Amino acid sequence: MRGAGGMEYFLQQLINGLTLGAIYGLIAIGYTMVYGIIGMINFAHGEIFMIGAFVSLISFLVLGTIGLTWIPLALLIVLITAMLFTSIYGWAIERIAYRPLRGSFRLAPLISAIGMSIFLQNYVQILQGARVKPLQPVITGGFVVADSGDFTVVLSYLQIIIMATTLALMIGFWAVITRTPFGRSQRACQQDRLMAGLVGINVDRTISLTFVTGAALAAVAGLLVTLYYGVIDFFIGFLAGLKAFTAAVLGGIGSLPGAMLGGLLIGLIEAFWAAYFDSEYKDVAAFSILVLVLIFKPTGLLGRPEVEKV
Amino acid sequence: MAAHPEPAPRIDVVAALKEAGLAALVALGLAIPLVGFQTVERIDGLGIDTRFGWVAVAVAAVFAGRLLLIFVQGSRHWGSRPKRRFVRLGENTKSHLRIVGMIGLAFGLAMPLLPFADRYYVDLGTTVLIYVMLGWGLNIVVGLAGLLDLGYVAFYAIGAYSFALFAIHFDVSFWAALPVAGILAAFLGVLLGFPVLRLRGDYLAIVTLGFGEIIRIILLNWYDFTGGPNGLSGIPRPSFFGLEFSRGEGGFAATFGLDYSPMHRLIFLYYVILVLALITNLFTLRIRRLPVGRAWEALREDEIACRALGINPTITKLSAFAIGAMFGGFAGAFFATRQGFISPESFTFLESALILAVVVLGGMGSQTGVVIAALFLVLLPEFARELAQFRMLLFGGAMVLIMIWRPRGLLAHREPTVRLSDGPPAAEQSA
Amino acid sequence: MTDPLLRVEHLTMRFGGLVAVDDLEFEAAPGEITAIIGPNGAGKTTVFNCLTGFYPPTVGRLTLSNPRKGRFLLEQMDGDRIAREAGVARTFQNIRLFSRMSVLENLMVAQHTELMRASVFSIAGLLGLPSFTRAERQAIELSRYWLHRMRLEDRAEWEAGNLPYGAQRRLEIARAMCTKPALLCLDEPAAGLNPRESAELNEILLDIRRDHGVGILLIEHDMSVVMGISDHIVVLDYGRKIADGAPEAIRNDPAVIRAYLGTDEEEELPEEVAQDLPRGMQ
Repeated sequence: MRGAGGMEYFLQQLINGLTLGAIYGLIAIGYTMVYGIIGMINFAHGEIFMIGAFVSLISFLVLGTIGLTWIPLALLIVLITAMLFTSIYGWAIERIAYRPLRGSFRLAPLISAIGMSIFLQNYVQILQGARVKPLQPVITGGFVVADSGDFTVVLSYLQIIIMATTLALMIGFWAVITRTPFGRSQRACQQDRLMAGLVGINVDRTISLTFVTGAALAAVAGLLVTLYYGVIDFFIGFLAGLKAFTAAVLGGIGSLPGAMLGGLLIGLIEAFWAAYFDSEYKDVAAFSILVLVLIFKPTGLLGRPEVEKV
Repeated sequence: MAAHPEPAPRIDVVAALKEAGLAALVALGLAIPLVGFQTVERIDGLGIDTRFGWVAVAVAAVFAGRLLLIFVQGSRHWGSRPKRRFVRLGENTKSHLRIVGMIGLAFGLAMPLLPFADRYYVDLGTTVLIYVMLGWGLNIVVGLAGLLDLGYVAFYAIGAYSFALFAIHFDVSFWAALPVAGILAAFLGVLLGFPVLRLRGDYLAIVTLGFGEIIRIILLNWYDFTGGPNGLSGIPRPSFFGLEFSRGEGGFAATFGLDYSPMHRLIFLYYVILVLALITNLFTLRIRRLPVGRAWEALREDEIACRALGINPTITKLSAFAIGAMFGGFAGAFFATRQGFISPESFTFLESALILAVVVLGGMGSQTGVVIAALFLVLLPEFARELAQFRMLLFGGAMVLIMIWRPRGLLAHREPTVRLSDGPPAAEQSA
Repeated sequence: MTDPLLRVEHLTMRFGGLVAVDDLEFEAAPGEITAIIGPNGAGKTTVFNCLTGFYPPTVGRLTLSNPRKGRFLLEQMDGDRIAREAGVARTFQNIRLFSRMSVLENLMVAQHTELMRASVFSIAGLLGLPSFTRAERQAIELSRYWLHRMRLEDRAEWEAGNLPYGAQRRLEIARAMCTKPALLCLDEPAAGLNPRESAELNEILLDIRRDHGVGILLIEHDMSVVMGISDHIVVLDYGRKIADGAPEAIRNDPAVIRAYLGTDEEEELPEEVAQDLPRGMQ
């Protein structure tokens, strides 16, 4: 019953929300980086996440078939496999559907992205079937954080892994963006693409790498979702993509810490809304946030205002 | 003026092979996880099968296809566009399209009366016409005003549900409720549009998508009002201006001295949607020649220039949005009365995407193009059963290809809306 | 004494920490051509953007006295209101035509406000009422006048984006004039024009001044245009006004010369330049 074991219930929602938020954050980074560098919304990014989930699932099944069941090794292999293959998809999508449109009219890349999103959803649906795909639980168990008698707060190992992985990736990614040549090129292109090209940065390659890293992070999110929920289908990209995009906007589109912050907030809002209000309307809550942010504070929490050049 | 014929491009075979090889390698990477392996349902859970043959085929096809593209284009860049030609607007395609349009119209008018037209074909025709009307309605928003609306289905839904509720609870006839449905949809358009229409194109698209989903979820969960997932049934069918399409005395058949046939109502429905669609079309053609329509197109071209000419962008966009919504509402009301039953399942984002695909593929702004795209959309799964499951895949891919190859759509051409000859004759002109 | 057409007082525009325009003051007299010149980055287009409502000024009062419509405080108005109510029209540094619409349609869009009024938001047009038809024909006639003046009449149905560069510039000016403005703001109208086209531009602007009593505000780098037709020149450098006066005075003003040559205050002017200056200014 809701409300019973109040403090403990709240704590559980907090844990669940942060876990969910971490996953949204990983996907949101892809949206925000692409938007920052070429100013377009990669509508198909949700499908990249979905593909990451499917590749993870299939990898697990293959490993199971060949008898590799030692979990830490299996996880590592699946992680690398998912990141690798999903990155290829990210790279290919940019080359095929977006690069040719760089000079085209303003809505062309978005329409192309919508078409790509529809294409990818159906591509996976045709190849793998429309039904949901379950996976045997890989990581189980956890430990009790608090127990009030009415309600037990559980922090599962998987949740710890999700949050730890996300944290590690964030730190690693932050280091890449601030310390490496790629990171510098990325930031330069984000600020002034023309000038970056003129000083010798390979803009095309930087953009491709941006898509690739965004896809890799989305792949990790896909893997984590497969483990966490135990079931996936070809349509998960749509909803997750929209929410992750909301997170990116909320945090401030173009801002990396903003994407993670936005992700965590959206995860928390979703978890608490479902727990304390009507779980049917939790998606409405997320969409409403998107609408409200765009109407009242389009630059989000951490973003910088854009000045229109006339 | 004849251009010098271009010298046949010399194709670097080695480079071409390398490029095709690279493409094939990428295809391999793409194909291995999802094509090479297939999840299969087995008794004890999910299993895995291999389809490496398919992978080989895919890789070979990509290799061959890339080579072919290189040779055909003679250039090594994917997506090179045809050169611009200095033409008077409307010159080239105008006459062809007009003939096609005339033929299409004649066929559309006569179709139910033709000998082959049985229940199946009239039904199919009606479905095509619904999408044509939706396409023409969205065309006002996307094609003319350049506003990417991904939630158009919300107006379709409002029209359907408002009509259904009026008919069920207040016993209002189709003809009386139709304008109400349109007005409510337009009202929703103003309500939703007002806060968001000043957003940039991409953001506007996502926000409208969000709105569409919000409406759908509300319809799905507000059980008391909308019937929830069960929807609303028992929606009355339209009458022939008062005459019911029933057997027996006082019915349509009896009054006109015909044997009763269920075809009568179907044919009537067909003509109703035909008229509604034609009204949408005529309205669009007319409004383009008026200041507000011209302002829509100018806004699409350059909003900043419009502001500098004294045009209020928000109000102008709002008018396009609301009017497009209104036609969506009309179509929704028709949909409800034709089906007799509606549920939130008919109003998903996929529908919005489909209608958008129809507009985009037809050539944003092209009326005839919308018809052709709608025909493809509805007829493809019917006449090519094997291809039915590929319909959305093809549509998605086609949207990408159209943007790369012909961003203005396959048939887009633009008729200027006014000519100097429309002005006062020379004698009347002031010095 | 008649009001100046445009009075700019204490105009300051700050973008974050950057001061693009610093306490600018000048006036533009009605029926005169006023040029704003200065090195690149001096803030000239920013001034235009403040005048035409694209940026709200950080500080300042911009008073427009439209002889037919009254006085307006531009700093408080949105861009479209400034064009529609106050009667300020502008062209852009990077031409902004409606490329895929015809030449004639571009001019018709400019007359949107009047046509909307005449057609009661297009409703009279939908119904085919004669009041609208009359208004539309008048609009076409005005368009024809400007097309003729700009030598574009035989290309009225061309797609605007297909016009050669010089013709596009002329079309943009014609389009601005079709809004029947009191003040015409031109942002580098001679950019990219060859000497013959620049001379033609001078003629067009002088004719506009003479025949239509419109005040012209002009940003330009092309000195043949500036010196050729301006009645009054304002010089900006780093956002500040450094000179204000008749063309002759400006031409010889050492501060202006220094700004363009980029020498420091204390530095000696190069010999070749110093030779030309009147004594007492060296």
